[in-house]
Amino acid sequence: MPVATSRVAIASAAFVVLAASSSGALAQKKYDTGATDTEIKIGNIMPYSGPASAYGIIGRTEAAYFKKINAEGGINGRKINFISYDDAYSPPKAVEQARKLVESDEVLLIFNSLGTPSNSAIHKYMNSKKVPQLFVATGATKWNDPNNFPWTMGWQPNYQSETQIYAKYLLKNKPDAKIAVLYQNDDYGKDYLKGLKDGLGAKAATMIIAEESYETTEPTIDSHIVKLKSTGADVFVNITTPKFAAQAIKKIAEIEWKPLHFLNNVSNSIGSVIKPAGYQNAQEIISAAYLKDVTDPQWANDAAMKTFLDFMTKDFPDGDKLDSGTLVGYGVAQTLVQVLKQCGDYLTRENVMKQAASLKDFRTEVLLPGIKINTSPTDFAPVSQLQLERFKGEKWELFGDVISADAGG
Amino acid sequence: MELFTNQILAGIATGAIYACMALAVVMIYQAIDHLNFAQGEMAMFSTFISWQLMQWGIPYWGAFILTLAFSFAGGIAIERLLFKPLAKAPILTNVAGFIALFAIINSVAGLIWDFTIKQYPTPFGSHPFLGSQLISTHQAGMIGVTVLLLIALYFFFQFTRIGLAMRAAASVPESARLVGINTSWMIALGWGMAAAIGSIAGMLIAPVVFLEPNMMGGVLIYGFAAAVLGGLTSPFGAVIGGFLVGIFENLAGTYIPGVGNELKLPIALALIITVLVVKPAGLFGRPIVKRV
Repeated sequence: MPVATSRVAIASAAFVVLAASSSGALAQKKYDTGATDTEIKIGNIMPYSGPASAYGIIGRTEAAYFKKINAEGGINGRKINFISYDDAYSPPKAVEQARKLVESDEVLLIFNSLGTPSNSAIHKYMNSKKVPQLFVATGATKWNDPNNFPWTMGWQPNYQSETQIYAKYLLKNKPDAKIAVLYQNDDYGKDYLKGLKDGLGAKAATMIIAEESYETTEPTIDSHIVKLKSTGADVFVNITTPKFAAQAIKKIAEIEWKPLHFLNNVSNSIGSVIKPAGYQNAQEIISAAYLKDVTDPQWANDAAMKTFLDFMTKDFPDGDKLDSGTLVGYGVAQTLVQVLKQCGDYLTRENVMKQAASLKDFRTEVLLPGIKINTSPTDFAPVSQLQLERFKGEKWELFGDVISADAGG
Repeated sequence: MELFTNQILAGIATGAIYACMALAVVMIYQAIDHLNFAQGEMAMFSTFISWQLMQWGIPYWGAFILTLAFSFAGGIAIERLLFKPLAKAPILTNVAGFIALFAIINSVAGLIWDFTIKQYPTPFGSHPFLGSQLISTHQAGMIGVTVLLLIALYFFFQFTRIGLAMRAAASVPESARLVGINTSWMIALGWGMAAAIGSIAGMLIAPVVFLEPNMMGGVLIYGFAAAVLGGLTSPFGAVIGGFLVGIFENLAGTYIPGVGNELKLPIALALIITVLVVKPAGLFGRPIVKRV
C-alpha cells in the first residue's frame, strides 16, 4: 500500500510538473510597446473643444468606465491607462495628437478616435506604423477594409448599411416611391447616398427624382427644402447633421409638405434634434437604431439599462444620462474590454487586431435585443444590424425585425 | 415658373436674415470706418443672454428689452475697454483685435451654454403667412421688423441732434470736434447701437437657424456681402442688398447647373469682390471723396 501510494504520488507530481511547464509555455507573456505586467496604455482622440465638442462626452464616459474597471482590479490584473487628447475636430490636430500618442506616450493602440475627417487624416499613419486604430467613432464605410487597412476597424453600423436598410424598406413597402434626397456635401453625405443607390439597385435611377446637396457654411437649408418640395417627391431622405436636420424637420412642417420622411441615425437624437425642431413636426418620421434609448419607457425595467444607469450615478455623476453619447461610450468601452480580455497575456498589437477580428456573438447590453457583434478577418464591421423605428408622440417606436446589412469599404 | 417664384420668395425670406445683419454691419462702419469681424459673435452672445433670461422665466418681450439694454451697454463697454486704446493704432492692429474678440466670445458662449442647438421662440408664430406655404409668419415678421428698424434709423440720423452729431463725427471728425461734438463718445454710441441692432438680428435669426455658438458664422459673411453690395454708408442700401443677395444666391443655386449648390458661399464672396472692383461705393452708398 505505502509503495502504491507513493507511486501514485510520484506519477501525479510528475503530471503536475508537466502540466505546469506546458501551460507555462502556452501562456508565455508577450508584449508590444504600451503593455506591461501591470498596465495597458490606451490612446484616444476626442473633440473636447470646438464645433463638435458635444461628442466629447463619449471620451469622458470611456474614461469613467475604465476607471471603474481599474477599481475592480483591471483586465487580467493590468490597469488601463487611458490617455485622451483634444483635437477640436481638426484633422491636422488629430495627426499631431496621434503622433504624440504613438511616438511619445507609446500607447498599445488608439481607441475610438472621433470623427470621419480626423480619422481619415490619421488612417495611413496608423497603418504604416502598424498601430491599431480600433473601433473608430465614425460610421464611414471605409473603415471596413481589412485588405488595405488591416490596422483600422470601426464599431457602429456604417452609413451605407443604414441607407441600404431604408432602400430595402422602400422597395418592399413603396415600390413606386418618388424619392428626394438632401445630403451634406462631404464624405459622410456621399457615403449615405451611395448606400441608398446600391440598396435600390437598378431602380435607383427611376426612383430617386431629386438629389440636392448643401454646404455646412450655409446659414439655413430652407431653399433646398422648397426646391425639393416642388419636384413632387413623396419620399424625403434626410442625410443631414443635427442642426440642419432640425431646420429641415421644421421647414417641411411649415410649408406643409408631407412626404414619407427618413432621418439618418446621425441626427435622430430626441434631445438635440427632435425636441428643438418640435415634437409635432416630427411625427411619423422613420429612422434606424442599434442602441437602446434611455428616454424610452420600454427599457425602464430593463436589467441592462439599470446597470448602465447605476454606472452613470456612481462612476460618472457629471455626465448627462439622456445624452446618447454616454450610451455609445459605455458600449464601445465594454467591447474594448472584451477584446483585451481575449488577448490574455499576449498583448501585442497584432494579437489585439486578431482578437478584435474574432468577436463571436458578443453583446454589450446597451445594444437593442437581437443585435450581436460579430467580426472575422474579412469582416471589420462590428455592429452591422439595425432596427427601424418611427417617431410617435414624444419617442421612437421600434418596428419590424432586426435587419442586417454588411457594406464594405 | 412655380419653382422660380418659390425660389424668389424663399430668397426674400433668407434675405431678411442677411438684411438684419447688414444693418448692424453698416451701423458700426458708420461709427468707426471699419468692418467689425466680431459683430456676428456679439449678436450670438446677446441672443444667448435673452434665451437665458427666458429660461429664468422672464417673458419674451421683457427679455427682448433687457437684452437690448445689455447689448447697448456691452457694445459701449467693449469700445471703451478694448478699442478706444487702439483708436490711433494701425488698421491691422484693429483687425487682430476683432478676430481675437470673435474667438473669445465664441469659446465663452460654448463654455457657458455648450454647442448643442437650442430652440428659440418667435413672437410671430411659425405658420404659413397669408396662405403662402413658402414664407412663415415669423419670416414675414422679420421683414417687418427690419423695415421698421430702417425707418427708425432714418429718423434718428436725419432729425435728431444726436443722430446729426454722430454723422458729423463719422464724416468730418475734426470739424465736428471744433463745433463741440464729443467725437470719442459718438464712436462709443455707435458701438452700442450696432451691438443693439445686432442683438435684434440675432433674436430674429435664431428661430430659423436654431441657437448655437456657431450660428452666425455663415450669416456674417452674407451680411458683409449685402452691406458691400448696398453700400457700406447706406442703411437703406444694406437692407436692399440683403434681399438681393438672398434672391441671387437661391437663383444661382437653382439654375446654374451642376455646380450651383457647391458655389453658394463663393457666390457671396465673388459678389463682394465684384462690387468693390466695379462700384466700390455699392449701389446706394455715397462715393468717398478725399481731398489731397
